[in-house]
Amino acid sequence: MIPASFDYVAPTTVEEALAALAQYGDEAKIIAGGQSLLPVLRMRLNAPEWVIDLGRIDSLKGVRDEGASILIGAMTRHCDVATDPLVAEHATLVARATATVADEQVRHRGTFGGALAHADPAGDLGAPALALDAEFVIAGPAGERVVPGSEFFQGLFETAVSEDELLVGVRIPKHTGWTAHYEKFVRVAHQWPICAVGATLKVSGGVIEGAAIGLTNMGATPLRAAGVEAALVGQQATEEVVRNAAALAADGAEPPSDLNGDADYRRHLVMVLTRRAITKALGG
Amino acid sequence: MTAVDARPEQTNEIGRDRRRKEDARLITGRTRWTDNINLPGMLHLAMVRSPFAHARITGIDTSAAEDSEGVVTVLAAKDFDESLGVCINAWPITPDQKTPAHPPIAIDRVTFAGEIVAIVAARSAAAARDAAELVEVDYEELPAVVSLEEAVKDEVLAHPDLGTNKSALWVFDSAQAGTGGNVDEAIASAKSDGIVIERTYRQQRLIPAFMEPRSVVCDPTGEQITVWSATQIPHILRFAFAATTGVPESKIRVIAPDVGGGFGGKLQQTPEEMIVFAMARRLGKPVKYTETRSESLLSAHHGRDQIQKLTLSATKDGQVTGLKVELDANLGAYVAIVGGGVPVLGAFMFNAIYKFPAYQFNCQTVLTNTTWTDAYRGAGRPEATYAIERLMDELAAEVGVDPLEIREKNWIKHEEFPFTTIAGLTYDSGNYEAATAKAKEMFGYDALRAEQAERRANNDPVQLGIGISTFTEMCGLAPSRVLGSLDYGAGGWEHAQVRLTPTGKVEVITGASAHGQGHETAFSQIVADRLGVPFEDVEVLHGDTQIAAKGYDTYGSRSLVVGGEALVRAADKVLEKAKPIAAHLLEASVDDMEFTGGRWTVRGTDQGMSIGELSTAVFAAHNLPDGVEANLDSEATFDPENFNFPHGTHLCAMEVDTETGQVKMRKYVCCDDIGNIINPLIVAGQVHGGLVQGIAQALWEDAVYDDAGTLVSGSFVDYLLPTAADTISFEIDHTTSPATTNTLGTKGVGEAGTIASTPAVVNAVVDAIRPLGINDIEMPCTPERVWRAINSAQKGA
Ligand SMILES: Cc1cc2nc3c(=O)[nH]c(=O)nc-3n(C[C@H](O)[C@H](O)[C@H](O)COP(=O)(O)OP(=O)(O)OC[C@H]3O[C@@H](n4cnc5c(N)ncnc54)[C@H](O)[C@@H]3O)c2cc1C
Repeated sequence: MIPASFDYVAPTTVEEALAALAQYGDEAKIIAGGQSLLPVLRMRLNAPEWVIDLGRIDSLKGVRDEGASILIGAMTRHCDVATDPLVAEHATLVARATATVADEQVRHRGTFGGALAHADPAGDLGAPALALDAEFVIAGPAGERVVPGSEFFQGLFETAVSEDELLVGVRIPKHTGWTAHYEKFVRVAHQWPICAVGATLKVSGGVIEGAAIGLTNMGATPLRAAGVEAALVGQQATEEVVRNAAALAADGAEPPSDLNGDADYRRHLVMVLTRRAITKALGG
Repeated sequence: MTAVDARPEQTNEIGRDRRRKEDARLITGRTRWTDNINLPGMLHLAMVRSPFAHARITGIDTSAAEDSEGVVTVLAAKDFDESLGVCINAWPITPDQKTPAHPPIAIDRVTFAGEIVAIVAARSAAAARDAAELVEVDYEELPAVVSLEEAVKDEVLAHPDLGTNKSALWVFDSAQAGTGGNVDEAIASAKSDGIVIERTYRQQRLIPAFMEPRSVVCDPTGEQITVWSATQIPHILRFAFAATTGVPESKIRVIAPDVGGGFGGKLQQTPEEMIVFAMARRLGKPVKYTETRSESLLSAHHGRDQIQKLTLSATKDGQVTGLKVELDANLGAYVAIVGGGVPVLGAFMFNAIYKFPAYQFNCQTVLTNTTWTDAYRGAGRPEATYAIERLMDELAAEVGVDPLEIREKNWIKHEEFPFTTIAGLTYDSGNYEAATAKAKEMFGYDALRAEQAERRANNDPVQLGIGISTFTEMCGLAPSRVLGSLDYGAGGWEHAQVRLTPTGKVEVITGASAHGQGHETAFSQIVADRLGVPFEDVEVLHGDTQIAAKGYDTYGSRSLVVGGEALVRAADKVLEKAKPIAAHLLEASVDDMEFTGGRWTVRGTDQGMSIGELSTAVFAAHNLPDGVEANLDSEATFDPENFNFPHGTHLCAMEVDTETGQVKMRKYVCCDDIGNIINPLIVAGQVHGGLVQGIAQALWEDAVYDDAGTLVSGSFVDYLLPTAADTISFEIDHTTSPATTNTLGTKGVGEAGTIASTPAVVNAVVDAIRPLGINDIEMPCTPERVWRAINSAQKGA
């Protein structure tokens, strides 16, 4: 599995990286952790002339406290996100989901930004980011712009980041005190999810005050189960409420059919997994 | 056999948990794999492979590739003469078998996706790969036949020139063979007064998925042509090169250096090997080809892929009266080296541990436009074992008794050994009662059945199932005479040599070429025990036809029971040769010599000499008896009289999540009887690995083609191999019924786990949901399949 030959640059600042993108245009590909890009190159599904490595741009690494939100740098590796105290406290769902990504080796190379920019519908991080109202910080020739999740994910492997731009970070409003669970359904441990549900909840005095539910691999992009959330908020956290809310999980979803399951199976599965994710987030 | 008789005691090597001496280099990778070999001036090959399952080649334009940087030449089939050789089928199972010619490079038609159509030779592997992308092949697509169901209809032909997809029909009938009654009569009478169970099971196609992809290097410079290949079969390969290329065998040296697994998948004479051999000869330079993982999954031979139509007849209380098997086996596009023979091996195993009064086996091998199939761990026996062990559970359910009880009612009793089965084999030893009793106890069988009842009563969303597999298998391939009677084109003996160095170290040479099994350790233990030398002083050499000139290599759980026995005999000859020399040097009568504590001693005295000391004395040769040659080295060839029949009772508990269809292993226990054990640690490794491979067939692995003949599960994203994270800790133990057919009393263990575990797992899954009216889940038991079965059963209810 030998990729076609390419040239390689490793800028140390975002500005240099943008300049390289401007110079090489559509002949260039960004490499972050390489965990999705390298297989593509090795199978010769893509043959860029230039590969621009973001690995030396230190400003893109790590998690920052911004007061009302946290900012996860695009080049923060999965293993660092999964163990970061700020993420654990303010975006628990992201920590939980990240810990399920692939295996140790992949988590030590793959990055938060790389995974989101890749926008694989079976990727585990899109749905949690969407559910937590993340904002995506994109740098380009004209400076920085910020887009919400609903605009960031545009389709199968397609995002709002254009060819001359970079995803530099993801800003997540603090969900302090929200409990969370990411329920991932796989056949073997290292597999991409057949379907997964991220649930995070704020409960006070037995009443659900906030609910955010994200669905993975239930369509071309990560989805938010708005109907489920609406059926939960303001309700007592009872088994019946959860069950009835979860039954709405497949509404509006257009899941794929593949070797691991047909669409109708996934539509059934997502209801069961949503119920379980909410129940576990509630401490059950 | 004086030397054997004179052996009063063993050192403590046999039965010792020695860590494998080969592991340090294998695990760290600091060894010579074929792909590590780089020779001066070496060229690299890349293959251009067909993306179509069936197409006519209408043109090949190599000009752009030839102009690509670093390219030496680009060739297609037309550029070669017959010295390229062909891939041979060594086991035509019937005289009228339809065997399409298998040129290593497709000539004017491709017959499966992945078939080689052109070859690039370049100065680097990268340059070869780049140029391969530039070869333009024009294809005119032809209709492809992919599935067995379609192929047997003969509407679309994989090889139109053959006129049919049906390659051979192989039949065994107990009434004709005189081993039993007429199966159709047994079924007819059970229909009127008894039980008839009819089932169709699918053995999905599997990919051996060895860790080290295949790699070949050929150096044509020098007097001999030297080939290194990541193969299981250096000896057979050397023969095949000579037989099909016209190069004399004496001019060919084949080396299998350390080989990273095979599972049968490297028991093949491959097109790639033939091409590398031909290219090196043609270009006069060393040539290397290493396949990519994608090429490996696509084109290295696959395994299984059968449809089994089964009819079992029994009395109302569950005594089996007959079994009829109608089996279709998918050969793929060509009949591989033993491709047709794999399902035939199963013919002897459908009756398993049971006493069946009537049996008929019909096997139709079928050609399709898919990758060829051949041996994969167990080869024919897992398929047969699956069928009968599933059927025994179905029979138990029908009769309404515990599946262990139905098995006991039908199995060969301990006191009936040796027992000649309806398939004509004589099982030398075994004790199904003992293995089952031990497994039951380890499992906590009654407690788990109680828990199952409770979950059923509570309508628990997670149901519990218990699966049983009381397997046996025939291994230790193979008695040459039997192979001859089956029209197999070779023998089944094994050869060993024991050499002594002047300093008293021992070199053991075996024709059983290991590829990860641990021969070096186990064989060292045997020789250390036999000759009384330290384990560390024994070196095992193998896998090079210049060192181990004779052999039949490693497969079919044969190395220890056939190769190990040859080794025992060679070692005993060393002792015999040493005896008169020891007597002479110790100035004693030969009749007073005895071999004790690893030394030849003079009976009743403390005078003696070790084999090491004798070896030094023989090297100097200053004082040998008259007429005795200055050499203790010995060799032996052992051809087994019979196969070897390990057995065991495997018990598996599976939890089935009825809401999602997800299945989860709760407990797995096995008690195997593999006779005497040389190294329990190696045995545990073989059993654990084997179990996982069998479990993987039950739950995960499936090589899927689409209707056009494209391999959909062509990468590890879709072909689900389990890892340690997907398995639980198995509990394994043994009972011991020594084999009577070899000195060590050992039985094969290389395939046991794989053969046994698949039906145990599926039986457990089905057992969990049987109360819903479900009596089968097709393999692999995916969550979706399980859920659909439950869902439609509940809807129907
Ligand atoms: C065996 C295996 C199993 C896996 N299993 C899972 C799983 O279960 N769940 C899961 O979620 N993921 C899984 N992954 C994917 C993993 O999460 C990857 O790390 C991730 O998809 C890509 O991240 P990366 O940093 O490696 O990006 P790369 O592979 O380097 O890049 C991916 C793509 O994004 C682009 N890109 C990267 N960074 C940026 C940026 N800052 N701005 C703009 N574009 C950018 C690249 O150009 C490329 O097209 C698995 C990967 C492997 C190899």
